Order: sequence, then structure tokens, then C-alpha cells
Amino acid sequence: MGKTLAEKVWDEHVVRSHEGEPDLLYIDLHLIHEVTSPQAFDGLRLAGRPVRRPDLTIATEDHNIPTTDLDKPIADIVSRTQVETLRRNCEEFGVRLHPMGDIDQGIVHVVGPQLGLTQPGMTIVCGDSHTATHGAFGSIAFGIGTSEVEHVLATQSLSQARPKMMAVEVVGDLPAGSTAKDLILALITQETTGGGQGYIVEYRGDAIRALSMEARMTICNMSIEWGAKAGLIAPDQVTYDYLEGRPSAPTGDDWDAAVAHWDSLVTDDDAEFDKVITIDASTITPFVTWGTNPGQGVPLSGNVPDPVSFEDDNERIAAENALTYMGLTAGTPMKDIKVDTVFIGSCTNGRIEDLRVAAALMEGHTVAPDTRILVVPGSVRVRLQAEQEGLDVIFKDAGAEWRGAGCSMCLGMNPDQLMVGERAASTSNRNFEGRQGKGGRTHLVSPDVAVATGILGHLAGPADLAQLEKAGA
Amino acid sequence: MEKFTTHTGVAVPLRRSNVDTDQIIPAHWLKKVTRDGFEDGLFEAWRKDPEFVLNRPVYADATVLVAGPDFGTGSSREHAVWALQNFGFKVVVSPRFADIFRGNSGKSGLLAAQVDDKVVQRLWDHLDANPGATVSLDLVNRTVRAGDGPDAIEDSFTIDDYTRWRLLEGLDDVGITLSHADDIEAYETSRPSYKPVTL
Repeated sequence: MGKTLAEKVWDEHVVRSHEGEPDLLYIDLHLIHEVTSPQAFDGLRLAGRPVRRPDLTIATEDHNIPTTDLDKPIADIVSRTQVETLRRNCEEFGVRLHPMGDIDQGIVHVVGPQLGLTQPGMTIVCGDSHTATHGAFGSIAFGIGTSEVEHVLATQSLSQARPKMMAVEVVGDLPAGSTAKDLILALITQETTGGGQGYIVEYRGDAIRALSMEARMTICNMSIEWGAKAGLIAPDQVTYDYLEGRPSAPTGDDWDAAVAHWDSLVTDDDAEFDKVITIDASTITPFVTWGTNPGQGVPLSGNVPDPVSFEDDNERIAAENALTYMGLTAGTPMKDIKVDTVFIGSCTNGRIEDLRVAAALMEGHTVAPDTRILVVPGSVRVRLQAEQEGLDVIFKDAGAEWRGAGCSMCLGMNPDQLMVGERAASTSNRNFEGRQGKGGRTHLVSPDVAVATGILGHLAGPADLAQLEKAGA
Repeated sequence: MEKFTTHTGVAVPLRRSNVDTDQIIPAHWLKKVTRDGFEDGLFEAWRKDPEFVLNRPVYADATVLVAGPDFGTGSSREHAVWALQNFGFKVVVSPRFADIFRGNSGKSGLLAAQVDDKVVQRLWDHLDANPGATVSLDLVNRTVRAGDGPDAIEDSFTIDDYTRWRLLEGLDDVGITLSHADDIEAYETSRPSYKPVTL
């Protein structure tokens, strides 16, 4: 019997396999940031252990980094201590670090692909649940806790029980006006937050093949939001075109050898998945969340659901709690919901393509009077690229705020936070209670919906913006 | 890591599904660089509500948390496990755990005991009827027990064999892996030259 893509990558990394034990997997790349690593380095120090492979490890600062006043030290002393701790640890253990102010600083999941460190057929881990982003290249990439960070630092390997294999067959084509973000949000609602639990999922089908690398990253990024261990997409010419010429991509004979191998990283025709689910891309329209977990979503054209419509007790109670927290009434059209803040950024949608889409839609418009738009590039290089293309001018002319790079309002560990009761349309990945600031209310959206919402002041899509243009003309 | 064999303690009925890691420990607590001192951040937003179950004096010394499905979804933060442990919890019982949370629990010595939906429902009802009642977990036999007499609840829980063994023995994962250092070295000699390096 043939193998799935994920099985091939997994098998290539097994250091040790023993009956009754999880496999010991070799880790090709370990990404580090300031939040989940300090206790791991402490563990090494206590045990007198070195980092086994500093040359397969890279660190950047992202979660705590302010997006304004970048020339000043971090004002929040606790944040500053955490960042300084990372710097000391990287120095002591010989780990490459891209700190604040460095041209390669940025969100860890933007930096890896950008440097060409993320390549097909690798195992990639990071103390961050959105590590599945790197699966877009055909790698097994997943988030780990701090004890596992320490384990990888010490051994460059990880004990992992072999997950089950799932295929997500995306049939049909994504209609114009619908994006990768709408597709993954709709999938999460279809499957709920626990639907992928215990699985590595492979996103397949023509609609996936038609996506750019960055759109594929958006899809894989949110695998964790429906509980999957990891999500990945088979590499193809789109992948190679993205990679070739990047600083850490192979060159010359190494490139040829690599591509020859990467070409084999596809699911065999006779391979069997433990589970196959299907989603019809042709039915996908702009999609948004109404609740407090990413599985509570509806089409933008729909209404806030009535909790009694959920048959499952837990889901019904969760919906009741969510409506209370979100300050919403069942039956309200989603497009009637007024929004205070729009956040465009994060490891889900903070890449150059996202900013290009946002700028193209925003051009010639003005941000609604009682709304603010924050545009936070995913990395310094994304920021510089956007500025070279003049996107920053478009954002600023429209009245949006153009910021420095980092995780920012996705989780509000830096000063970019929602106030109590403040409502946001956010291109990030989690709408949990308090995620973007204590008492803040989050609707997850695509960059397209984010821009239209910021211009109109209520949840809206690009089609609504086009109507506005027509009416104005 | 301390060995875990059996535990009996006051159990809290947390009638919520999808208890995500941002609820267990909000992000602003993650700036700390230690493994301790997270107890005050545990369920910080919910504890502002005086009616929240954990605020009841009877649960001040609780060590077992009985929660709805999809406990620990979201972030990879092991701080969620530390916060529960810092507060005093030894066990979380739920019909379904998020993968990373379950993994982190096993590494830190918190027992994540997966039970049937109906068992959680029965435990909730029992605990609500008898506030301050205890629940017993036996890792050797993988059983959960509560109450006495004809209404006693006794059922099995699920945990993978390897994690169970490590918890029973109180073993350090890094130590186990380093005993296979030869295998890691052997693997490294066969890695292709085109794989990227950071230095």
C-alpha cells in the first residue's frame, strides 16, 4: 500500500521506533521566540546541557514587540525582561537571533518561510500553536509546549505518537471575491474546534493547487483551530518558485537534489487516509465568526444564530455564553454589526499579499469616522516591501495606522489591545474571550472583509464596498 | 517529576466546553519567565465573577477539575498546565482534550483523564448535589470513582500507555531520549546536505 504525504515525511524522520513507545522524530528546524522559551533554557542550565544543534535553531522576538516607538526601549518592564532574557539565552547557548531592530525580525511564522528556512519534507517545531503554517510547504510542522522546547533544544528530537491521517478534499473552485481565509473559516465551522483532533490533515484538490504560497500558509496556519496536530499541502511548482533564491534555499546541485526529492512528496494514489472530509469551495462566500471560538462562524451575508438551533447541549450553552460575551442578539444580520477596530496582520494574514489586497481595496476610500484600522506587517521585510510598493501611503491616506512588525493585537501581549466592550474585525486566528484585550470582542475575517468593514464601519465585504463606489460615482 | 499513582481530592464541576488556553491563563501572564506564580492568573477573567464556581470557598483546596469537551484548545502555552498546577490541581477530567494541552500535561505531571461524555455529566450532577465531594483517580487501573452506595460513579478513563508509564515512574523525558543519543547521532550522519542550517 502506498503512503500519504505526511506518512512519507514522518517516516523519513524516525530516529527510533519501538513497540509500545512513541516514535522518536528528528527535528529539522526549531523556531524560538521570547514567550515559550525562557523556562526551557532554564531547564538546560539546571541540567548542565548544551543546545545540541544551534545550527538548526533560530530565534526572533515577536509576541511582546511594540509596533510604535520602535526606537525606544520596550516600556513594559515585564515584556522587556522577557525579551532581554531571550537575548541572554541566545548569546549563552549560541543561537541565532533576529531581535527588534534587525531587518529579519518579525513573527516567527513569517520569518521562517521568508528566509527560505522552511522547505518541503521537513519537520519543524516551535513553542507556538500556529507552527502548522509551515505545512504549506509540505512539511510536518506543529506547536509544542515549553517542556518539549527544552527537549528539542537538548536532543534535536521529539517523542511523538504517530497521528492518524486525514484528507481534506477541497472540490470546486473558490469564487472570485472569496479567499483562503474564508475557506478555512468555513471549514472550521463545518468541523468544529475538535474535528481535527488526533490527525495530521492534508489539504488537497484543485482549489488548493490554485492558491499562492501565502494563501496556502493562511490555510495551514489555522489547522490548530479545528484541533489538528498539523496541516500540510504537497509541494509543487508554486512552492519551488516561492523558495528559489531565498537566503537559505539550496543552490546549484543541492537545489536539483532537493527538488528531485521534493517531487516525491505526494500522497500515493493507493495510499489510504483514516478519514476523508470534503468541502465545496464553489459555495464559499466571505465568512466571519460571531462567537468566542473559531468554530462559531457564519457567512457574512447571514445572521447571528439562535442558540436553540444547536442540538448539542454543550454547543447550545457555548452559543448562549458567546452571545452574552459578544453583546449580540440572535437574528441580527452580521452586516448590521458595528465595529470599532479593524486589525490587519498576524501570522495568518500579515504577509505582503495580504497587504497588497488590503491596499488595493482601501485605495481612494476613507476609514469610517468611529472606526480605526491598524495595519501591522508580519515582519520588517514585509513592512519594507510594502513601503517600497507605496502601500503604506495608501493606508495612511485612507486614515489607517501603519505600524511596526510583530504579533501585535492578535493576542495583545504588547500595547495593541482592545478595551472592554470594544469590537474588532480581525484578520488573526482566535476570537477567544479576552484574546485581544480584556473584555474585547473579536470577529475573525479575511483581509478583504477587514478593509470593507473599516471603510463602512460595520461588518461588510468587498461587494458592499463596490456598491458604495457605484453609488458615489 | 513526581510519581503519580492514585489521587483523591475535592473536585470542581466546570460546566463549560471549549475551555481555551486564553481562559485558563490570559496572554499577559505569559510574560513571566518562571514556571511558578501563575495561580492568580488561572481563569482570571471568570474569577472576577463572584458566582464563578472556583470562587466558592468549598473549592479553595480543590485538586480535581471536571470540565466539558475540548478542554485546553488554542495556544501551545504550557503555562496553562502550570497555572492549574500552581493553583493546586493534580487532575483534569474531560471528554476530550486538545492535543497540545494533553501533551503538555503529560510532560509536567498533570493527569489529563479522558472519560466518556456521560461520566462527566454524572460527575457534574454528583458534585453539584454534594459540593466539596471528592473524586478519586487510579492511574494504575485507569479508573475514576466518586460517591458511595448504589449511586456511586465508577468508570474507566483513557490515557496513552506511554504517558501513563512515564507518570507512574515520574520520568524525565529528556533523560530517556538522551539514553538513545547513539540513535540520534546515527540519524544525523544520513541527513541530506541540502537541508537548511541557521548558522
